[in-house]
Amino acid sequence: MNTRALPLYVTIAIFALAWVVCWLQFPAMASTRVIGNLLTDNAYLGIVAVGMTLVILSGGIDLSVGSVIAFSGVFIAVMLRDTGLHPLAVFALLLALTTAFGAAMGGLIHGLAMPAFIVTLAGMFLARGAAYLLSIDSVPIQHEFYKTLQGAYWLMPGKGRLTLIGVLMLAVFVLGMVVAHRTRFGASVYALGGGEATARLMGVRQGRTTVLVYAFSGLMAGLSGIVFSIYTGSGYSLATVGTELTAIACVVIGGTLLTGGAGYVIGTLVGVLTMGLIQTYIVFDGSLSSWWTKIVIGILLLAFILLQKGLVRLSQARMAA
Amino acid sequence: MTLLTVRSLTKVFPGTKALDGVDFDLRAGEIHALLGENGAGKSTLIKCLTGAYARDAGTVTLDGRPIAPRSTVEAQDLGIGTVYQEVNLLPNLTVAQNLLFGREPRRFGLIDSRALRRQAREVLTQYGLDLNVDRDLGSYSVAIQQIVAIARAVALSGKVLILDEPTASLDAREVGMVFEVVRGLRDRGLGIVFVSHFLDQVFALTDRITVLRNGRRIVTEDTAALDRMRLIEHMLGRALEDEVMHSPPPARGPRAPMLRFAGMGRRGAVEPFDLAVGQGEVVGLAGLLGSGRTETAETIFGLRPAQTGSAADENGPLRLASPRAAIAAGFGFAPEDRKTDGIVADLTLRENVVLGLQARRGWMRPIPRAEQNRLAEDYIKRLDIRTSGREKPVGELSGGNQQKVVLARWLAMNPRFLILDEPTRGIDVGAHAEILHLIHDLVERGMSLLVISSELDELIAVSDRVIVLRDRRHVAELTGAEISGETIMRAIAAAPAEGAA
Ligand SMILES: Nc1ncnc2c1ncn2[C@@H]1O[C@H](COP(=O)(O)OP(=O)(O)OP(=O)(O)O)[C@@H](O)[C@H]1O
Ligand SMILES: [Mg+2]
Repeated sequence: MNTRALPLYVTIAIFALAWVVCWLQFPAMASTRVIGNLLTDNAYLGIVAVGMTLVILSGGIDLSVGSVIAFSGVFIAVMLRDTGLHPLAVFALLLALTTAFGAAMGGLIHGLAMPAFIVTLAGMFLARGAAYLLSIDSVPIQHEFYKTLQGAYWLMPGKGRLTLIGVLMLAVFVLGMVVAHRTRFGASVYALGGGEATARLMGVRQGRTTVLVYAFSGLMAGLSGIVFSIYTGSGYSLATVGTELTAIACVVIGGTLLTGGAGYVIGTLVGVLTMGLIQTYIVFDGSLSSWWTKIVIGILLLAFILLQKGLVRLSQARMAA
Repeated sequence: MTLLTVRSLTKVFPGTKALDGVDFDLRAGEIHALLGENGAGKSTLIKCLTGAYARDAGTVTLDGRPIAPRSTVEAQDLGIGTVYQEVNLLPNLTVAQNLLFGREPRRFGLIDSRALRRQAREVLTQYGLDLNVDRDLGSYSVAIQQIVAIARAVALSGKVLILDEPTASLDAREVGMVFEVVRGLRDRGLGIVFVSHFLDQVFALTDRITVLRNGRRIVTEDTAALDRMRLIEHMLGRALEDEVMHSPPPARGPRAPMLRFAGMGRRGAVEPFDLAVGQGEVVGLAGLLGSGRTETAETIFGLRPAQTGSAADENGPLRLASPRAAIAAGFGFAPEDRKTDGIVADLTLRENVVLGLQARRGWMRPIPRAEQNRLAEDYIKRLDIRTSGREKPVGELSGGNQQKVVLARWLAMNPRFLILDEPTRGIDVGAHAEILHLIHDLVERGMSLLVISSELDELIAVSDRVIVLRDRRHVAELTGAEISGETIMRAIAAAPAEGAA
C-alpha cells in the first residue's frame, strides 16, 4: 500500500467511527433527513473547499475565498435588485469576475514571486471592501427564479430532501477529482507542490499552472457564493467571515498536506462532512449554547487531527517494521 | 555530422563568470564527455542548453537551426532530454507519473491511468526494473530514482541526451546497465553529453572529451588520444602528485578501544551487529547498494534508532535514541543525500559551516562573527571550495562544492566519531585527493571514522579495517594486509555461508 493514502484512510475510518458514535446516541443521525441537511448546509463550504484543495496541493494558500463568497452574494443581490438581468446572466457575469480575480492573484504570485499568503490576504481585504462598496446592509433576493432554485429538491425515501445545491456540491467534488487526478493540469499541480525547482526542470509550466490554480479557486469561490445566496436568500457583506479558514481546516482534516504535493480531493469531502457532523451533533445535543459551538468545534478539530496524526504514525511504524 | 553547435556561450552570475565564451560541438552518434573541476561550469553549460538558465551571450544551433529555449519544456519539445545533477524527480508522485510526466497517455482528454501504468512498466523492463509503478517514487532508493530519471530523459530525447553525473549513486551493475542503454542510443544516432568525475567511466564509455576550467573551454579531443595523466592536467591546470593513494594507510598498531556497539539492529533496516571502533581508527563499510551500509550508519546515529542492542564508550553506556543524543555523545554524520539531509540552500556558506557548531552550543551563545569568518575561510581553503566568497548562498555553489560544505560543517564540530557516507561523491579528482589527505590528518589527531563508500580504492586508501555487508548483515571483516579490492569483492559476492533464513 502507498503510504501517501494513509491519512485518507485514517480520516475515513475516524469519520465512520464518529458517525457510529453519534448514531448510537441519537439514532436519528442515520435518517435521510439529517443526511440531506448535512449536504445542503455544507454545500457552499464543500464547493469552496474543492478549490482550496487544489491550491493547497500546489503548495499555495488562498485566503480570499471567504470575502469572495460574501462579495458574490452582495453582487448578485444588488444586480438583481437594480438591473433587469436574469439571474443566470448575473451568475455568468459573477463567475467570470471571480475567476479573473483569482487569475490575477495567481499572476501576481508568480510574476512578482510573492508569497501566496500575502497576495491572497490583500485579495481578501479587496473583495470584502468591494462588497461593502456595493452595500453595507443585507440585501434580500426576491427573484422568482430564486424561489425555483430554493425549492428544487428530490425527496429521498424517509422524507429526506436532497437539494439542488447539495447535488451541485457532490458534482463539484466529482469535477475536482477529475481535474486533480485525471488531467495533466492536475499532475502539474501535484508537481509544483512537490517542489517548484524540480517541477520546473521536469517541464511544468509554472506560471500557467499557478494562474490556473488560483483562477480555479476563484471560480469555486464564485460558485460557492451563488450557492450561499440560494441557501440564505440574500446577500450580506459581513457574511462568511473566516470561511477560508474553515475550508483550510476541511482540507487538512481530509489528509492533504498543508505544505502541498500530497492529498486527495475525496478526503476534503470527508473533511467537510466531518465538520458538518460535529455541528449536527452539537445541535442534537441541545445543551450547548451557540457560543460553545465554536469552542467545541475547535477542541474536536484538535482531537481529530491529533488522533489522525497518531494513527498515521502508528501504521507507518507498523508498515516499516 | 554535427548535431549541436555552441559558439562563445557566456553566462554571468553575480560575482562569477560561470561560462566565458565556451565553444562546444556535439556530433550525432557520439558520446561526448564534459569534464572539469567542481565549479568549472559543466552544469551551467547544460542548463543554458536546456533553457533552465538564459544565456548572456553566444549562439546555439541544433541541426543547423539556431535555438534559444526559454524553458525546459521547449528544450524537451526540441528533442533534448536531460538528467540534471541535483534533482532526481518528484518524490511525491508515483513512479509512473514521474516517468511519463507531460506525456501521459490520454483518452477523451483525460489521463488514461491504465495505459499510463502499462507504458511505465514497459519502459522500466528495458532497464531490468520490476517496480510497483503506483508507489511514490520517494519510497524507492536513490539508485532506483536515478535510473527512473535516466529512463525519463532517454524517452524524452529525440536528438540529444544530456546526463549530468548520472552514475554518482549507482553501483557497478547498474552503471553497466545504464552504459548499455546509452550505447544503444548512440548507435541510433543520438548525441549524448556525459558529465562525470569517474574517469574510468569516462574512458570506458565516451568517444570525445571536452574539458572546462574556470568557465573556459580548455580542450576537445578524442578520448582515445588522451591519457589519464594529461586529462587530469587539463582539468586541474597542474599535475596531480598522487591521484588516489592506492596503498593502504600505514599500519598504526592496535588502538585504544573507544566505542562498542553490541547487538545493535533494527527490523527492516539492518540485522543486529557488533562493532568496535578504536580511538583514531578508520573503519570502512563496503557492500552493494541496499546492503545495509547507510542503514548501519543511521542506526548508530539515531536516525533510525536501534530496536535491539546497546552502545557504550570507555565511560559507560551511551543512549543513541536520536541524532540529538548522538551529537551530544560526540558523533557526527555527513549523509550521502546532501540535498535533503545536508545543506540549507538559502543560507550562506559561512552560516552552513557554523550551523552544527552553533546548534550544539545552543542558540543563546552565538559564535562571534570573527570566529565564524575564520572557520569558513579555513574550510574554504582546506577543502578547496570554489566560491566567490563566504557569504554566497550555498544553493548557488556547484554540486561538488555543496558536498564539500556538508563535510566542512561536520568537521567544524570536531566530533570524536564521524560517519562519512560517500564523502567524495560528485567531487573532482583534485579535491578527492585533498579529502583523503584530510581524513588522514583527522585520524592523526585522534578522530575515529566510519567511512561508507562504493569506491573500493577509496576504502582501501583510508581504512584500518573494512566491514563487508550483504543483505543487511555484517558478513565479513578484513584487517590490515587482508584489505584489497579482490578480497572485498569476494566477500561481497560470496554465497551466504550459513544460509540466511
Ligand atoms: N544559480 C547560481 N547563482 C550564482 N552562481 C552560480 C549559480 N549556479 C552556479 N553558479 C556558479 O557558477 C560556477 C559554475 O557552477 P557549475 O554548477 O556549472 O559547476 P560544475 O562544473 O557543474 O561543478 P560540479 O562538478 O561541482 O557539479 C560556480 O562557481 C557556481 O558557484
Ligand atoms: Mg555540476
